[in-house]
Amino acid sequence: MEVKPYGDTRDDGVMQLSFTLPIPNSPKATDVGKQYLEKMGFHDVAVAEVRAIDPGFTFYVAYARTDVSIDPDQVKGDYLDVEEMDYYAINTFIRDDVGHKLVVVGAAIESDAHTVGIDAILNMKGFAGNYGLERYPEIDAYNLGSQIPCEQLLKTALEKQADAILVSQIVTQKNIHVQNLTKLIELLEAEGVRERFIIVVGGPRINNAFAKELGYDAGFGPRTTPVQVASFLAQEAARRQNP
Amino acid sequence: MELSLRLDQTLVDRARSAAESIADDVWRHIEAHTTDSVERTALRLLGVVGVNEIDVPLVNVVVEQGRDSLASGIIAPFVAVMMDSGMSAQQVAEGIATGTLTLAPVAAERREGVESHAAEIAAGGVARIDAARRRREELVATLSDPVKPWLYVIVATGNIHEDVAQAKAAARAGADVVAVIRTTAQSLLDYVPYGLTTEGFGGTYATQENFRYMRDGLDEVGEELGRYIRLCNYASGLCMPEIAAMGSLERLDMMLNDSMYGIIFRNINMERTFVDQYLARMLNARAGIIINTGEDNYLTTADAFEKGYTVVSSDFINEEFAERAGLEQWQMGLGHAFEIDPSIPDQVVYQIADALLVRQLFPEASPKYMPPTKYMPGDIFMGHIVDAMFNFVGVFTGQETQLLGMLTEALHTPLLQDRYLSVKNAKYVFESCRSLRDEVEIRPGGIIERRANELLGKAAEQLEHVRDVGLFRALEMGEFADVSRDPGGGRGFDGVVKRAEDYFNPFYAALREGRMSGPPVGPTPAERAASRQGGR
Ligand code: B12
Repeated sequence: MEVKPYGDTRDDGVMQLSFTLPIPNSPKATDVGKQYLEKMGFHDVAVAEVRAIDPGFTFYVAYARTDVSIDPDQVKGDYLDVEEMDYYAINTFIRDDVGHKLVVVGAAIESDAHTVGIDAILNMKGFAGNYGLERYPEIDAYNLGSQIPCEQLLKTALEKQADAILVSQIVTQKNIHVQNLTKLIELLEAEGVRERFIIVVGGPRINNAFAKELGYDAGFGPRTTPVQVASFLAQEAARRQNP
Repeated sequence: MELSLRLDQTLVDRARSAAESIADDVWRHIEAHTTDSVERTALRLLGVVGVNEIDVPLVNVVVEQGRDSLASGIIAPFVAVMMDSGMSAQQVAEGIATGTLTLAPVAAERREGVESHAAEIAAGGVARIDAARRRREELVATLSDPVKPWLYVIVATGNIHEDVAQAKAAARAGADVVAVIRTTAQSLLDYVPYGLTTEGFGGTYATQENFRYMRDGLDEVGEELGRYIRLCNYASGLCMPEIAAMGSLERLDMMLNDSMYGIIFRNINMERTFVDQYLARMLNARAGIIINTGEDNYLTTADAFEKGYTVVSSDFINEEFAERAGLEQWQMGLGHAFEIDPSIPDQVVYQIADALLVRQLFPEASPKYMPPTKYMPGDIFMGHIVDAMFNFVGVFTGQETQLLGMLTEALHTPLLQDRYLSVKNAKYVFESCRSLRDEVEIRPGGIIERRANELLGKAAEQLEHVRDVGLFRALEMGEFADVSRDPGGGRGFDGVVKRAEDYFNPFYAALREGRMSGPPVGPTPAERAASRQGGR
């Protein structure tokens, strides 16, 4: 079934918008903003606020209606399909279905100095009342920290005979994360070891489809919890074990 | 009446005395070492600028050349070549870069002559810093000095031209201080890039040319507004003292300049950082720059409610290091932050306790109050409200510099309109609540006073513990920010050199000689407007 934004009545299509145009706030500025929204297909445009935020820039707040609708059933994406298990179930599953301890090596790579995200997944303490992977008896987790060059991450993964590599990328300005993430995959491929590891990436601007496009096995976004990651790693390792 | 807390003075004394011993201990290390960056800074102050044909700064080229005798300092051999050749510092550096000149150890019998000549040129370098400081004093006196809390915003487009446009817009909207955020990972570069730059990630390269260009832009808009607009950048990372020198020469007004930030948040070697921060701070002291310390960051990796006291401990340590470098109290922008999880009941009450405590412990300093970041939600509307509460606590507790929170903190570096909305938020809250602190008292023995004394007690305990084990070991044990660092590890360790008996660097003395004192003084914007009205 098609849906439209809900303002006050079903299918009224009302949306809240705000933006800035690089023009002076002259008497016609309101119309410029209004017509701009109309060009985008909005109608019943109510420009609520027009302010000069500098001689050359005008800020708008507006409400407007749209006729565009969408059918949620038609939206197909590459979502992570894992059965989420709990801490105990995961450990049992690894023991029974994988048959050896899972070794995971994680880091925030290259220029990225943010550690809180990868720590939330790996450290004992964990995140949102949810133990990190270091706590799992059936997981050996190595957290290398931040600003780790891809070469060093790979070297450690090989030394520890890791099953999985966990990468964090928080800074995304000018797509620097794409550069960094691509570098890691290219390095693994050049060394001929890509298939040896389950490779996942996480961060606030990451999703599964994006991660797959870049050649990763899975991607995790904001508010990821350690059990989600552990569930995926365990099930993926078991799948590779018994194809 | 001043809003105040009844604090246990014995705890304050214990904390200060422990911090003093901590700094004394590190002091012995500082005095016994130099670093690559310290030597490069000395060359910059002699006037060496520019890069060679493969973009390596000339100061790096010269220090590499002199590496074998770095323990004695680069200045003596360098000045000896200047004397022999009759050339300027810049010409000598260029000669060394092209291979026409070389550095050689200075013979003992020549030392005295070379050193006294070097001291003379060094005084010339310092005079350039003084000129910048005097210029600031003039401008503040003729324009006006904004009322506190100063509204501090950041620009971070990566492109210096866009940065200037946005900085001007911010000033026109009401910002008093503009900080240019540095590009990701500049702190790890062991050289300072050169020229105007247009490509940064989440920030813009700190270069001397970018500093100057932004300075001109802010002076222009300051003139237009009749208000002196302050400029801030980051003296941190492997080139900490060099960037401090650039900032001092180009009349920056504030610099992030923390004694431990690089160690904890960029994994820069601690021996390196402690030596570098000392010269960096001496330079800022000379230049009349307010330094900002980075305690707020601790509360992103450690929990703000549980570990709030680490901010207080670290403020005491930063104060001690700052004092040793000659910074006056008004130049100490000690850091603290509004980072307690907003879902905790009475969060704002606790924040008031934390903020008032810092204000009261360092009454003559210029604390810098940092906004909520870690718990800022993707829901920008909610975020805007959290920022308003932060602004309320800032004005209510009498902060000096308020780094404005951005409603889009969780998403991206601020857009033009984000900054505008945040300035508007702060102006409304500051103006509407300005007198409240004169109208109320803190209830004796209430939540606020109890929390403040608890933080102070834990800080005193922590400082005594750090004193007992030593700061190096304490950093290894993860005392601050829950981050642990290896004293022999981290970046830049290979650039730490033990000083020889005959180590010579004229700037340590020159920077202390005849230093000006006191903050710049000027009318408030309202006073200026009134006097102009009257004059007409
Ligand atoms: C704390 C912080 C810092 C601290 C980091 C301290 C540390 N040791 O981590 C410090 C002060 C050092 C810092 C520095 C910088 N920061 Co910062 N920082 C933040 C802040 C406030 C919070 C991040 C955080 O800790 N979130 C909490 C954690 C739990 O959430 P998370 O990271 O999203 O992680 C979760 C998921 O994403 C996922 N996840 C993350 N990683 C992984 C990995 C795996 C394998 C998996 C499975 C899951 C996963 O699971 C986690 C738990 O759910 C954000 C703003 C914000 N509110 O998000 C800015 C922010 C991320 N920083 C930013 C910037 C620009 C910087 C700097 C570049 C600024 C500069 N120019 O110097 C520098 C970067 C330096 C560098 N070289 O990287 C920008 C990034 C903008 C962008 N989109 O690119 C932000 C958004 C702020 C802003 N609005 O400008 N920062």
